[in-house]
Amino acid sequence: MKLALLSDVHGNLHAFEACMAHAKAQGAEKFAVLGDLVGYGAFPAEVVDRCQHLYFSGHVVLRGNHEEMLKDVHAQNSHSGSNTDTTSKAHTQKNTLGAQTAAWTYAQLSPAQRYWLETLPLTAHDASVCMVHASADAPDQWRYVEDERIARISLDAACSNPDVRYVFGGHVHHQSLYYRGTGRQLMAFKPTAGVAIPTPSHRRWLATIGSVGQPRDGDTRAMYALFDSATEKLTFHRIAYDHLAAAHSIRKAGLPEFFASRLETGR
Amino acid sequence: MKRLETGTNIDGFLIGACLHAGGMAHIYEVTYADARPAPFPMVMKVPRMTAGDGAENIIGFEVEHQILQVLQGRHVPRFVAAGDLLTIPYLVMEHVQGHTLQQVIDQYTESRTNASFTDIAKIGASFARAAHSLHQQNTCHLDLKPANVLLHPDGHAVLLDFGLSCHAHFPDLLAEELRKAIGSPTWIAPEQVVGVRGDPRSDIFAIGVMLYELATAELPFGNPATQGGMRQRLWMDPPPPRKLRPDIPSWLQEIILRCLHPQAALRYPSAAHLAFDLEHSDQVRITARGQQTKGTSFWVHFKRWLKAAGMHYHPSPLPAQQIDEVPIVMVALPHYDVRDDTLYSLKQAVARSLGIRPGARLAVVTVISPHQSSTSDDDSSETTLHRQYLTMQRQWAQGLDLQQHQCSFHVLESGDVAEALLRYAQGNQVNMIVMGAATHGVQMQRVITPVPIKVAMEAPCTVILVKQTLPFAQL
Repeated sequence: MKLALLSDVHGNLHAFEACMAHAKAQGAEKFAVLGDLVGYGAFPAEVVDRCQHLYFSGHVVLRGNHEEMLKDVHAQNSHSGSNTDTTSKAHTQKNTLGAQTAAWTYAQLSPAQRYWLETLPLTAHDASVCMVHASADAPDQWRYVEDERIARISLDAACSNPDVRYVFGGHVHHQSLYYRGTGRQLMAFKPTAGVAIPTPSHRRWLATIGSVGQPRDGDTRAMYALFDSATEKLTFHRIAYDHLAAAHSIRKAGLPEFFASRLETGR
Repeated sequence: MKRLETGTNIDGFLIGACLHAGGMAHIYEVTYADARPAPFPMVMKVPRMTAGDGAENIIGFEVEHQILQVLQGRHVPRFVAAGDLLTIPYLVMEHVQGHTLQQVIDQYTESRTNASFTDIAKIGASFARAAHSLHQQNTCHLDLKPANVLLHPDGHAVLLDFGLSCHAHFPDLLAEELRKAIGSPTWIAPEQVVGVRGDPRSDIFAIGVMLYELATAELPFGNPATQGGMRQRLWMDPPPPRKLRPDIPSWLQEIILRCLHPQAALRYPSAAHLAFDLEHSDQVRITARGQQTKGTSFWVHFKRWLKAAGMHYHPSPLPAQQIDEVPIVMVALPHYDVRDDTLYSLKQAVARSLGIRPGARLAVVTVISPHQSSTSDDDSSETTLHRQYLTMQRQWAQGLDLQQHQCSFHVLESGDVAEALLRYAQGNQVNMIVMGAATHGVQMQRVITPVPIKVAMEAPCTVILVKQTLPFAQL
């Protein structure tokens, strides 16, 4: 079965639809959206709407830290409504880049959508596959799996379930494959887009599948991955989409300029 | 695994005769059990994975499976099927006809004869072409040795056993954080000794060891049993082949010693360059290295030994990218009806092409028609005529900056200019053809495709068609 793995869509509808279309053309039968559906981008409601469709037809949608941020906005709104001081937590959140768009995003979503996002799970399992937004050892800590050491902690935690062979996550916005060579530590491998990498299930693998909606490696193309459990091959994809239109929408929505120019340069 | 009985059925393959019982694996002839005809003869390789076997054997098998199924071309056996590693591990692949280099060497040893130098060059060139085809697919073999290269009856080489190979697009299952030497001690390249995997020039080193053995019947670095013994090649030059066998021509020694240089950057930059020299032995640029009959002095070795103590190699870029940066550029130089502007423009185009590619080599080619030379008339006898054109080519090349570039000159005889150029480009792994765009006023253009158009359409590589202009034409 072919499983399409998409993460960190960040309200970028253009990129999301391009990746979904590509995955369908490749024969993907199952879809998994690994969190951070919203934030930064101009189409949170539309992306959430599409993900809801996926979720209610049996596909996987997980919660990421940007969904979590909406809770803080909610807390802040209700606090200011009751005329009490904002909590210090919400106050600091306000100053981070992501939080700058969180309030705007919050306003775009219907209460039902917000409630749905809050109730999303942090992890999902499908046969030998474990899916999580950040690291599997503490999914709610939003730890960045950015090197061999943290990848090992995440992989070891997920593999305490003996059925698990593959851990797929997002959050770091780049594509990496971690595996064990002949040594004890994990090795990091930088995949080439479009190459089907054999990932036999007698080994254990951890992949960060990159970001659909906000690439940061100097390449403007959207990222996702396709895992074929029948042939045990994992393909990392880079998909060209209308990133200028996505950037234009961010400006038009009045969101910070940085998030628009970021899509234009891929950094 | 125990040796399999003839007639055993494994996943639809019927086991035939055991062709080879090696230390690592058994190899059997197989056919389809349902008697369906196979498109080519097949063999099954089954690893000897018993409790006493090391993990490397199993991983090597996995690596071979990973890589063999994506490699293409006639220089590797075609992949058919693989068994589950956890239940019955096996690989089914094409049974390629021919003799391994080991069998060839054994024959020479038994008959107490030596290979002729032209045969050595021919064998070496076929290995280099096979290695180049692998490198173009972003794969380094990293375990080339006489037992792993097969000479097909038609002369091309087929590489076997990819258990230690490295494909740049796949995770390297043999890598680990503490780098260690992976390879066969006799043929292993110095950078492999310190744990660098994935440099195509490591395969060039191994070909150098095999050429050395073919030429001298000795091994350049012996067969070291220890890590320290293998480290010797980080600083040591082997005895020059001519010291062991004085009749070895200097071009062959030059080629062999260049392959065996301790520093990868000072070997041939790509296997195509090596094949080119082996095929045009008269054009090899011979340095002092090719002439010498004495070994490197103690002091030179001592100094290098000190340096090698802290030596580390830098990881290399993708093999295909690395060899793309050192292309073979071929310029087709016309020989009749040549105008100054044609020659000038070709030279400018060649200078530009070479200028941005420091390791590129240049082949200057002129095609003459066979009836131009006649054996009776002294003035136009073949050698005189060839010499005349070679002089013309050398004159043309004057003023090109060839310090950084190897350059060679070739006069071909053929009635069909385009065909001759295409065949030459194909046979020598040429990456880029530079030629004039002019059709020399051919009147029948509608009927006959002009030479530049035919070459551009059918060439296996990039073609630059140069328009003629002179620098003073505008004045």
